[in-house]
Amino acid sequence: MNESHQIAMSVPGIGEAGRTGDWRHEYPVITAEACLPVKSGRDSCQICWAHCPDNCITRGAPPIIDLYYCKGCGICVEVCPTHAIVMHPEADRTGEGS
Amino acid sequence: MTVTVLTGNDAAATAAKLARVQVVAAYPITPQSPVVEALSEWVSSGELAAEFVNVESEHSALTVCITASTVGARVFTATSANGLAYMTEQVWWAAGARLPIVMCIANRAMAAPWNVLNDQQDSMSVRDAGWVQLYCRDNQEILDTTLQAWRIAERLNVPVMVCYDGFLLSHTMMPVDVPTAEQADAFLPPRTDPLQVVDPADPRNIGPVTLADPRKDAGGVVRPGYMELRHLHHRALLEALDVIPEVDAEYGATVGRTWGGLTWEYRLEDAEVALVAAGSLTTQLTLAVDALREDGVKAGVLGIRCYRPFPVAAVRERLGGTRLAVVFDKALSYGVEGPIASDVKAALQPLGAGAPAVFGTISGLGGRDVSPDDLAAAVRRAVADLDAGVTDREPDWINLNLEAEGGTR
Repeated sequence: MNESHQIAMSVPGIGEAGRTGDWRHEYPVITAEACLPVKSGRDSCQICWAHCPDNCITRGAPPIIDLYYCKGCGICVEVCPTHAIVMHPEADRTGEGS
Repeated sequence: MTVTVLTGNDAAATAAKLARVQVVAAYPITPQSPVVEALSEWVSSGELAAEFVNVESEHSALTVCITASTVGARVFTATSANGLAYMTEQVWWAAGARLPIVMCIANRAMAAPWNVLNDQQDSMSVRDAGWVQLYCRDNQEILDTTLQAWRIAERLNVPVMVCYDGFLLSHTMMPVDVPTAEQADAFLPPRTDPLQVVDPADPRNIGPVTLADPRKDAGGVVRPGYMELRHLHHRALLEALDVIPEVDAEYGATVGRTWGGLTWEYRLEDAEVALVAAGSLTTQLTLAVDALREDGVKAGVLGIRCYRPFPVAAVRERLGGTRLAVVFDKALSYGVEGPIASDVKAALQPLGAGAPAVFGTISGLGGRDVSPDDLAAAVRRAVADLDAGVTDREPDWINLNLEAEGGTR
């Protein structure tokens, strides 16, 4: 280990905390037709992108959620002004018991 | 070099000025307050080009030092007793983050009950936090040791506590040789090479969640686990056993005074009975030794200058030839004994049957006076116990008076 490893220090990077998607109990699904930027045809809203604590929602119309890292916290569901995002049981996606 | 008359607190503040500290943050508490009062005056007058940050607590004082040290500044704070206890969380953070912070402790008894006078329970209680701890015997040593502390801290990337007895040294005036600014600058160049990377163009998370096992980060680089970082920190403290005497020697070459590095001694060469302590009590022990020698007791002093890391090899070597070590603690690990006594026993244990007996004493708690006569009498009791075949015993509480009103008997 070199000198810089004498202390705990990390650099920003995708997946720095590992594959956090497997912590998930429920997963979010966006219904594009209900998403504001899709409906308005403008670069608007993006509230879910701004609020995602794990930075795993892209800006876009509709935004795309990276389920490899999404922990399933559901904050995007709470903040979406048009209720375009809903949580589904993880078992529905994987076929495994939850 | 100018000889001037300084209190211990003034000596500590003067060292910080000579070190050209860049950030000072502290909260007043007796008996430490005059240290930062002096520094705030010098910052205010422009005599010291530092930022003085007023804070609302000791916890914040050390937090300011942690953040300033993280971005590369040379920082200083000072506290005592309950102030140190209040900053305890950050005491551990400063060490674990490997920041070369220097903090003076004007040693004071812990409450409850409330007491502003001297013992060493405050700093002894954080001996395991990963700081280097140095104890001073007089005001000259406070100035010189505080200046040395930054050199030690910045070489090893560990924080250093410079401990001196409250009131007995903090408020007592003594002649002190103050090095010139040129000497101080030659001994202590500006801080370089921090471990931390603070660069907006190369962002880092410093001190992030660190799991039990080493693992690859997102870039594929293997990062140490928590236990590896603790081991590296331990190794840095062990390295201090070499660095502290080296820095003392460098100081001697530049300024003309040395203090013995890890330990020092008085009439110990041919001693059969060693008197062991840290701090100002050791000065009185030298007087006790003179009195004991007049009575034919071959006594000598082993002064513990560096308490953490504990100088195991030096203690074993210096005490190995004696038949009895009497340890004078001004602190207590409740239900066991004084902390220095435990460490001395552990250091001598590998000598087996050839090891001297180690008898502990407790004195001076909450500012209780202890004279050289009291100390010599305690040594005579210890020698009598040993001659009577005692090999281990409870600590001898010097000048304890349970017959006083409210006592248990």
